[in-house]
Amino acid sequence: MRSPLLPPSRKLETLLGAGVALLLAMPMASCRERAASAAGSDGADAEWPMVGKDYQNRRFSELAQIATANVSQLKVAWTFSTGIPKGHEGAPLIVGDTLYLVTPFPNRAYAFDLHNPGGPPKWIYDPQPSAAAQGVACCDVVNRGPAFWQGKLFFNLLDAQTVAVDAATGKEVWRTRLGDINHGESMTMAPLVVKGKVLVGNSGGEFGVRGWLAALDATSGKLLWRAYSTGPDGDCLIGPDFHPFYPGDRGKDLGVHTWPPDHWRQGGGTVWGFVSYDPTLDLIYYGTANPGVWNPDMRPGDNKWSAGIFARRPDDGRAVWFYQWNPHDLYDHDGINENVLVDLPLGGRTRSVLGHADRNGYLYLLDRATGEVLSATPFAKVNSSHGVDLKTGRLIPADDKKPRQGRVVRDVCPAAPGAKDWQPMAFSPQTGWFYIPHNNLCEDIETTDASYVAGTPYVGANVRYHAGPGGARGSFTAWDPVAGKAVWNLSESFPAWSGALATAGGLVFYGDMEGWFKAVDARTGVLLWKFQTGSGVIGQPVSYRGPDGKQYVAVFSGVGGWAGAVVSGDLDTRDATAGNGWGATMKDLPGRTSKGGTLYVFALP
Amino acid sequence: MRRPCLALLAGATVAMTTGTMACKHETHDVRPSSEVSQAGSGVVLSTLFAGGVPSAIAGTLQTSQENAFAMNEGKRLFDAYNCSGCHAHGGGAIGPALMDAKWIYGSAPENVYDTIVEGRPNGMPSFRGKIPDFQVAQLVAYVRSMSGLAGGFWAPGRNDSMQVKPGENTVSTQAPVRAPGAPPP
Repeated sequence: MRSPLLPPSRKLETLLGAGVALLLAMPMASCRERAASAAGSDGADAEWPMVGKDYQNRRFSELAQIATANVSQLKVAWTFSTGIPKGHEGAPLIVGDTLYLVTPFPNRAYAFDLHNPGGPPKWIYDPQPSAAAQGVACCDVVNRGPAFWQGKLFFNLLDAQTVAVDAATGKEVWRTRLGDINHGESMTMAPLVVKGKVLVGNSGGEFGVRGWLAALDATSGKLLWRAYSTGPDGDCLIGPDFHPFYPGDRGKDLGVHTWPPDHWRQGGGTVWGFVSYDPTLDLIYYGTANPGVWNPDMRPGDNKWSAGIFARRPDDGRAVWFYQWNPHDLYDHDGINENVLVDLPLGGRTRSVLGHADRNGYLYLLDRATGEVLSATPFAKVNSSHGVDLKTGRLIPADDKKPRQGRVVRDVCPAAPGAKDWQPMAFSPQTGWFYIPHNNLCEDIETTDASYVAGTPYVGANVRYHAGPGGARGSFTAWDPVAGKAVWNLSESFPAWSGALATAGGLVFYGDMEGWFKAVDARTGVLLWKFQTGSGVIGQPVSYRGPDGKQYVAVFSGVGGWAGAVVSGDLDTRDATAGNGWGATMKDLPGRTSKGGTLYVFALP
Repeated sequence: MRRPCLALLAGATVAMTTGTMACKHETHDVRPSSEVSQAGSGVVLSTLFAGGVPSAIAGTLQTSQENAFAMNEGKRLFDAYNCSGCHAHGGGAIGPALMDAKWIYGSAPENVYDTIVEGRPNGMPSFRGKIPDFQVAQLVAYVRSMSGLAGGFWAPGRNDSMQVKPGENTVSTQAPVRAPGAPPP
């Protein structure tokens, strides 16, 4: 379908490049083909149809035109200013000859014709979400991107609605309200479309909301099922098919009994991260966020099903297994970080696993059919726990770092934003390594009594963060999951809050909060190219092949998000708790970058 | 206008010997009305007000502003009503910073009162009907003290908890400015 557009030489080069990548990545090839066809692409890897690139969430592009040898020549091809001075955590999507993007609040969508780079948008869609929703967005008014499926673009609005837009015309097809801002609910995550169902979840873990993942019919927007993260089994779509690996997750109505009476109604467990899908096992995977009210003394118990991961059937949402990263979470360690589906040689055989770098500082490999923890290895400084007991699956908390109401517990690592927050890692089948943008932060924490007032924050903790060992606040790490260790590590002055992109050109791309967008050698970590975008980069980089046959790399610039709210929200850093903990440690950020959202698209000259 | 408390100036000895000499800046009403908050500036249908412009809240607001007890209560309520969840301890988070000199919707006690009771369009919730009037007045007193608008003579008590910012009475007093992009007053 697309190949006739390509000049013969380009076509050959691309095919060769793809062939080499396939040879290097034989175990992954079958999964990749399935994912590509499910996304409606022609398999030539020109497109980027979902924020994680494929159902496995690998963020790997097989394009190899931009490579280690020539990346130093990379230049800006075109740009687009969103005009919004808030955090840009999204990813543009590329399908066919069109690039689509969704802005932070007010969540406008744009489509650009790639035959006319730099030209005006083909269409603009303005959904006009309620301005009041900004008051229940815990961590800047971000949006993590849209999803594309069969001619429609799907995305969430900050005021807890999901919309579908005709990708050809920009006309609204349907709009479904799923939550209520007056109870603290908002929506920021990127949907995933599986088998004609748009999977979306809520945000609001700092407002005592009750988390859920919902499936909407892609054609009509009708709610097909909703699986809550707390409460009775019926609400959580837990039934006879539910077989968690560890005994601690078995029993009736644990979503009720692992809480003080009725606390599950404000129990959090929101679903604001990325969803993955394994078509062979027919399972979707997603994490649940922190339990409601940070102060752990107010909610004795394991607080299920918060801070864990669910595997469910996409057809009806029924749960198949669950594993809790952080039973009775002590530190706002949401379990929502992405789960990257990979097949790895472990213990002499190839195993279907998912990789997950948690806020708690461990990189987990789980058997994705059963939920068994195969390994959990610290990838950052951890003193708040002593590891994961592989017999019971439980994290072993460190007594001396447990928060206790009315006391200040000092130098807890990792801090509330975790060793790694939402910023998604990439996986390169060429190296077999994960590329993890993450944080190096510790904290002082004092927990306090909190009153639940619907629609207002429900936190009960004073926190202030500081840089971890070495003094740098961030890090970008290449991680060998088979060996269970870092291969190389790049120190970052600020938290590495952008997503990562790996390409078949032997490159890895990411951005820093000072505005530099960087390309490094995937094998060595050597910096090969960087460009100053003018505002901190916290977006998700993507790569695509344009109608002209050239490879492009695109990323949002625009500082903000939880870590960058000091700049995007004009916070006063004399208060160490400004931005919920960032004041003290981000004092220097306003001098290093300024606000403003721009899409940058790069190519070789 | 902002006269320091006489008793403080005159010294404790005088205060003790006179006995009856109470300081109005240290007084507190032990049985305040629990009437819920009402609009500070209702819809005006006439510009003619017989005997002057009435205000249901002027009295409470005024007596709270230069009063240490009111500020201290305001500081407690600032956490209890989850104000600190959005504004942190003045540095701001989901909502704007309150310890700086920028005032999007005005810095006068009446402005701050209206902001709490009526809400504001970009995310400040309306607490109308949720907080008793006298407590709103105490919150107003505390919020204004965060940026030094209360002056140095009256301050809330120091933190019982983790020290995260300079004390309210040591914040340098800056003339209030309108925030960039703020709507016209």
